Amino acid sequence: MSTLTQDTVSPAPASPIDKPSSMRVVKDRVATVAVYAAFVLALIPLVWILYTVIDRGANLLFDSTWWTNSQRGMIARREGGGAYHAIIGTLLQAAVTAIIAVPIGVFTAIYLVEYGRGKLARAVSFMVDILTGIPSIVAALFVYALWVTTFHFERVAFAVCLALVLLMIPVVVRSTEEMLKLVPNELREASYALGVPKWKTIFKIVLPTAFSGIVTGVLLGLARVMGETAPLLILGPYAKSINTDMFSGFMGALPTMINQERSEAYGPAVNRVWAAALTLILLVMLLNIAGRVIARTNKVSR
Amino acid sequence: MSTITGHSELDAEPSGDKASTGRRGDRIFGGLATGSGVFVILLVLAVAGFLLSQAVPALMDNKASFLFDRIWTVNDSGLAFGIPDLLYVTVISALVAMIIAVPVAVLVALFLTQYAPARLAAPFGYLVDLLAAVPSIVYGLWGFYVFRSYVEPLQDWMAKTLGWTGLFGGPVSLGTVFLASIVLAIMILPIVTAISREVFAQTPTTHKEGALALGATRWEMIRTAVLPFGTPGVISAAMLGLGRALGETVAVMIIVSTNPGPFRFSLFSGGETFASKIANNSSEFGTASRAGAYIAAGLVLFILTFLVNAAARIIIERRKAFSE
Repeated sequence: MSTLTQDTVSPAPASPIDKPSSMRVVKDRVATVAVYAAFVLALIPLVWILYTVIDRGANLLFDSTWWTNSQRGMIARREGGGAYHAIIGTLLQAAVTAIIAVPIGVFTAIYLVEYGRGKLARAVSFMVDILTGIPSIVAALFVYALWVTTFHFERVAFAVCLALVLLMIPVVVRSTEEMLKLVPNELREASYALGVPKWKTIFKIVLPTAFSGIVTGVLLGLARVMGETAPLLILGPYAKSINTDMFSGFMGALPTMINQERSEAYGPAVNRVWAAALTLILLVMLLNIAGRVIARTNKVSR
Repeated sequence: MSTITGHSELDAEPSGDKASTGRRGDRIFGGLATGSGVFVILLVLAVAGFLLSQAVPALMDNKASFLFDRIWTVNDSGLAFGIPDLLYVTVISALVAMIIAVPVAVLVALFLTQYAPARLAAPFGYLVDLLAAVPSIVYGLWGFYVFRSYVEPLQDWMAKTLGWTGLFGGPVSLGTVFLASIVLAIMILPIVTAISREVFAQTPTTHKEGALALGATRWEMIRTAVLPFGTPGVISAAMLGLGRALGETVAVMIIVSTNPGPFRFSLFSGGETFASKIANNSSEFGTASRAGAYIAAGLVLFILTFLVNAAARIIIERRKAFSE
């Protein structure tokens, strides 16, 4: 395709009739410049943000205390302490979210691709779309209404996970669905022809074939969920010390750590804001890149 | 794999049905799959139901008009709250973000599908997608602590020359709706680009070749073949971006300064969106009735994003009917 279009840019007209008028050539050039400029423009914020965060946050990350200590007993005016408590909190909450969201998401996708027909399937698909568009703050308010006002439970890390599950399910469903659709029907038919029951066909043939794609979807979903702040603000009050109990006490997480230190005007706190932001970006980008790399090893290609 | 070559249950009774049968494994597995699907439906209904059940009591106690009064007094002695200010800031910030983001996103999508060398198109697309991987709180930090100082001169100049319009009226606040809109635009750029790119890539080659064969320049080919084909997709992509912008919480919360004075319609004023209002006051939910006021605001946001996303989906569906 590109060769086709490139031919027209450098026209070598056989006859004068083919030659576009100069006005048309100018318009074409202007459009080309605009299109290239837009792409560069779109990359500016990405580079700028990464530069800012690395420039201001990298210092603390080279210090091993950042990765091993919590902020327990630290005050805004004093240098020191680390983000261990927040990193642990973020990873724990992401893990618990994944444990709940992945089975639901994968099974929903299996339903949509392998079983679903008619009105129910259309309703499920529509609701997945609605879930995709649900703002994180609304998901958080829903869990607040359920967890705190209805059941009178405390605001704990597990409640945050419930809100994150809502945000992660649609990502898992959509990516798994795409992957399952790519599995050639011949594989299923061959399996049926051998007398393998449908569920075993899905479990032993379809899912393994699509496995790397599903993993990619899960990793991308996790990356999205780990950076969410709104559910943490509403359901997961920040704590400076290490807490690994999902059901009691406050648990720190990187976004709430950023938000907490941000409210302090002192230099050391500001440094920690950017260091925590860099840590969060590193975690999210790592998951993202891992997802893309695994996607390349896919057995089914588009 | 072993099940294919080894003994399956069917070996015992060759007369059995081929695919989905009434046997236990199929019933359980199919049940789990269907159950998950139904669970997702129930989940969305539960979101609407719970928000409604918490919002209604607060709305009954509300001494002000929810839709028309521009006050927000929520304390234990009584509730009086209205949403017009929140609605205005939410909608205007998202709309301005769309006005900025959609043209750029369309051009970037054209770049990725029609201009970029085929081998580089995928990595370039990935670069734009990386924008979506940056957590929104980082956008907020960057927007307020770094980017703001670069936008301020522009805002001052615009307030001076365009102030008479009201929309750009001064004085310029610390963190403005305008600044938030630019950051929102950057945040929704990847999703609008991704979907536009997908539809542009599906333009039938015959259309494009036809235009080129008639002597069209590349831009004329895009204008006559690619853009008309992709327009419904771009519209729905823009709607999805709008939905994101309406619901974005933390970046807006960090960037836009809350308005201490009287409300102004200006983009250069501060203010609060539904999402940032809720997030700003999350520590003061306290009693159920106080939380109810914020949940009522959240319900409006839910309805708003629901409508926008449903519209986007309808447009996509209709386009499918045409193209296939």
